[in-house]
Amino acid sequence: MTEILRRDPRKEWIARNRLHPEHERVLFELGQGTAVATEWMGPNGVIRKNPHGLGFIGPNGIKRIDRSGVQQAPTAGRGAGHSTTTADDRRHVEIEAPAFLVAVVPDMPGGRLSSHDRDLLGLARQLADADSERQGAVLAVVFGSHKEDGFGEAGVDRLLHLDEEVFDGYTPETRLAALSAIERELAPYYWLLPDSKLGGADLGRRLAARIQERPATGVWQIEMDDTCELGWRCTARGAAGTTDIQRALPRVALALSECAEPVSETRHAAQPMALSQALPSQLGRIEDLGQVAVDPAGVALAEAEFILSAGNGVKDWDGFHHAAKVLGATEGASRVAVDDGFMPRHRQVGATGTWVTARVYLAVGISGAIQHLQGIQSCEKVIAVNLDPGCDMIKRADLAVIGDSAKVLAALVDLVAQQREEKRDAA
Amino acid sequence: MQPEAQAPDAQARGALEVAVLVSIGRHPLTGRARRADQDARGVELAMSLDKSRITLVHAGVLDEESEGALRGYLGMGFQALTLVEQPPGADVIPALASALSEAKPQLVITGERAEQGEGSGLLPYLLAERLGWPMVSGLANVEKVENGVATLLQALPRGQRRRLQVRLPAIVTVDGAASAARQSAYGPARRGEMRLAEAPAVFDEASNDWTVQAARKRPKRLKIVKAASARDRFKAAAAKAEGGGGQVLSDVTPEQGAEAIYKLLKEEAVLR
Repeated sequence: MTEILRRDPRKEWIARNRLHPEHERVLFELGQGTAVATEWMGPNGVIRKNPHGLGFIGPNGIKRIDRSGVQQAPTAGRGAGHSTTTADDRRHVEIEAPAFLVAVVPDMPGGRLSSHDRDLLGLARQLADADSERQGAVLAVVFGSHKEDGFGEAGVDRLLHLDEEVFDGYTPETRLAALSAIERELAPYYWLLPDSKLGGADLGRRLAARIQERPATGVWQIEMDDTCELGWRCTARGAAGTTDIQRALPRVALALSECAEPVSETRHAAQPMALSQALPSQLGRIEDLGQVAVDPAGVALAEAEFILSAGNGVKDWDGFHHAAKVLGATEGASRVAVDDGFMPRHRQVGATGTWVTARVYLAVGISGAIQHLQGIQSCEKVIAVNLDPGCDMIKRADLAVIGDSAKVLAALVDLVAQQREEKRDAA
Repeated sequence: MQPEAQAPDAQARGALEVAVLVSIGRHPLTGRARRADQDARGVELAMSLDKSRITLVHAGVLDEESEGALRGYLGMGFQALTLVEQPPGADVIPALASALSEAKPQLVITGERAEQGEGSGLLPYLLAERLGWPMVSGLANVEKVENGVATLLQALPRGQRRRLQVRLPAIVTVDGAASAARQSAYGPARRGEMRLAEAPAVFDEASNDWTVQAARKRPKRLKIVKAASARDRFKAAAAKAEGGGGQVLSDVTPEQGAEAIYKLLKEEAVLR
């Protein structure tokens, strides 16, 4: 059997002719089943289409054409080069010998790239890809263990993963030593860090002070400008965000979030890299003693992570306070509960009180006035416990329990206490 | 109110030498000079330390407007403020570094960034690099200082705190989570003394090339829909903002309801 693809013009003709008595059999032979060929190469090299082959007969006997390709079986096209894979059509980019490196140090909160990190990688790609003659590569420097597997999709060409225990916790001095080792060995053309508190903002300023570069901080826009030294001009926020400073882009830049669009059209290699020399051991003058247990009642309502909020439906206030204590939640209240004197004014949630940003908001006996719902707009998960199944809070909630709030809270407290007891016994 | 630490008899040996670097703030609405919010918090933090001797240091121009702002710090209960005179447009870091290395304080407290000028927040880092001292940012409190080691509380997002230990001398910056500054009293502010100090001026040449203008509103990011077909684009454009599809449990016992809530709380990892 030779590799040459033989065409049978007669069979192709029969396959095109729907009225031919052998049409179905020939189609089957050509491996197209009952599907009708809709597109083929004509004898003169022109693409021919059969508009009648498209679509399907709908329930009312009318032919429907669904171009989204959801309901229609994908018709196998003829000839090579016609790919039916639409799953991942992003261009794969591999940069073998980069002209320069753009180093990015993402924050990686929770071991994953945050949206700020992705924006920053998009900015790094702009810098690296500006000149197609001199293509640069984006180097991501990641400290400690991580859970991210989408570095390539985010636009990383080279990945330098420093996975050592010394980088755990708040260790700016060790990280700075590692970054200066990278600066000595790889000499990146640019250093980009997120201007985020306690993350890149701290580390980036330390790095700039160490390598004696004057950084641009709060950068939110860059554009090409040949009059500048490095060929780029940036716009940065100054004076606590009240002015815009236009200046030449320096080697070290700390960028705000949404400084560029994240990478979406290409996939990159994320090739692992390592430093040739081991990092020198560092005598740390700053010691991290770990996180401190914070009393949830003392946390400001606007920045609390988990809020247990009470409304008009709560009658058993002692039970409510006890539940907040057991769950470790910060207490909130609706306006009615505050007006009636059950809760202090600074605990009021809503447009007229505090706009909260909690990750989990547990609303007990709150029907959900529009002002209250506005105040909890940025909460991720809302749980509602209420007697009235038709109230607005239930519509907003991700999980709603219809029932008596006091009983549900008591059952929840029992459950949590019981689970803690079991854990203690097991330990 | 006069802090005890300022009294002459408390200036005995063993008192912790604290220098607070203060700057001239800018009122966000009126644009008038005022005491900077974060620096005032730094002063408050320094005053909360027991057995401390506080020096306020400012490097910059002395004119009518800045004097009014600086007197705001004096009104918090100080007799004097060291003013290192620098012409406008000067780089204050060499002057401050020499002033600090002369005064040899154990702890230097500053705000996170200035409210006018470049406001890059680099000053404490550059000073720390120049003096070779450790630097800790974003403090909420100083718990104690013992045997040349300070125990600090650093503010993390969501009201969390982290405890750090740092060897002195050190430079620290305060976070917005540190306790708010006390009011400035008018009388002490008037009576306070400005101690002038001389330092050679180094001009900041690089900033002459910059264009500075009032902050533009940043463009809102557009939602880019990358759809292959017209149907997908239409669906994306016509989609409702939120589909509300929450789970509603009706006719359940309280125990079952509590079970469901517990599961969700566990998934979100908010229970400790």
